[in-house]
Amino acid sequence: MKPLRRTMLFVPANNPNMMVNATVFQPDCIIFDLEDAIALREKDSARDLLVEALKTVDYQGIEILARVNPLYTPFGETDVRELVKAGLRNIRLPMTEAKEDIEKLDALLAELEEEHHIESGSVKILGAIETAKGVINSPEIATASERMTGISFGAEDFTRTIGAERSKGGEELFVARSQIVLSAAAAGIDAIDTVFADVEDMEGFRKEVESAKGLGFAGKSVIHPSQIPVVHDVFTPTDEEVEKALRVMQAIDNAEKRGLGVISLDGKMVDAPVVARAAKVVRLARGAKIL
Amino acid sequence: MENKGIGQAGSLESNDLMVTVNLMVREDLDIELESIVKEKFGKQILKVVNETLEEMNVTKGHIKIVDKGALDFAVRARVKTAVKRAMGREIG
Repeated sequence: MKPLRRTMLFVPANNPNMMVNATVFQPDCIIFDLEDAIALREKDSARDLLVEALKTVDYQGIEILARVNPLYTPFGETDVRELVKAGLRNIRLPMTEAKEDIEKLDALLAELEEEHHIESGSVKILGAIETAKGVINSPEIATASERMTGISFGAEDFTRTIGAERSKGGEELFVARSQIVLSAAAAGIDAIDTVFADVEDMEGFRKEVESAKGLGFAGKSVIHPSQIPVVHDVFTPTDEEVEKALRVMQAIDNAEKRGLGVISLDGKMVDAPVVARAAKVVRLARGAKIL
Repeated sequence: MENKGIGQAGSLESNDLMVTVNLMVREDLDIELESIVKEKFGKQILKVVNETLEEMNVTKGHIKIVDKGALDFAVRARVKTAVKRAMGREIG
């Protein structure tokens, strides 16, 4: 089953305490950050720390990503080489602006998979889109490699590139966020929404999560453990939605058993989008442990 | 900036450690350990430090560890970084 990516918790890769204890907060994914959270002179120590953590810490089935430094910096390629060798299987590539950025990483990963006898294609990529150019190119970025599991949106850098201020209402982000969702949906991968920096403003955070869910995002990047339960709550389907989804799944099952090509429920045809929606609701309900 | 032969890595935060390596001062290996859990875990910390130094072919120098309750993975990582810095490898 497709994994849930409702919450991606950023953890700086220079903090051994958080690197071990982040699992306690039960995010769907943890992103160990080697980029913005790490000062230039500590890039090497954070990388070494993450390498050793990946080799020994039990992350209890939580999807582990590393936000590596961009490949155009002096650190990016070494990050990827060392971390993949240590067992990392998901890379979040920052500042993705064009399909060539993904293709370059794809080629490096293919080389490393061969070198270390890792199954071909098993190291996955999530592209972080943080500029106007990246948003415009997001359809090509989302389909640039078979390794893509998602694209994420970074609003802080994006607003800077368009010359806007970030507002509470987020009007300046509306087109970009919708474009990211469309590009991801067309590619059949997840769209992950931007972080919400004000960890004190839980009401504003909940509104933004609701808006992200409404637009079609699969989840949200979070910067503080206290934000996790809010996202999970917003993404938990209602009893009514779960019941309807289960009836759709049951109808498919029955139709398959009877060899029927066309499925109907309550006199209405059940087509592929309805089935996909029902499957998603079931996944979310299981993730929320209400099913 | 690190002096040649000297490297330091880590922090004095809880669950971390500070490792200082000076490869230039001795002809043998001298490991000095300060730890808030020395009585209980001193042996294990020294075992991990020694293994890591061996892997990195470090046979001489003064190694000072100030431990704040770090787990093995952090001990290994901090020793590695400090030694690499002392050896003057590029930080890239």
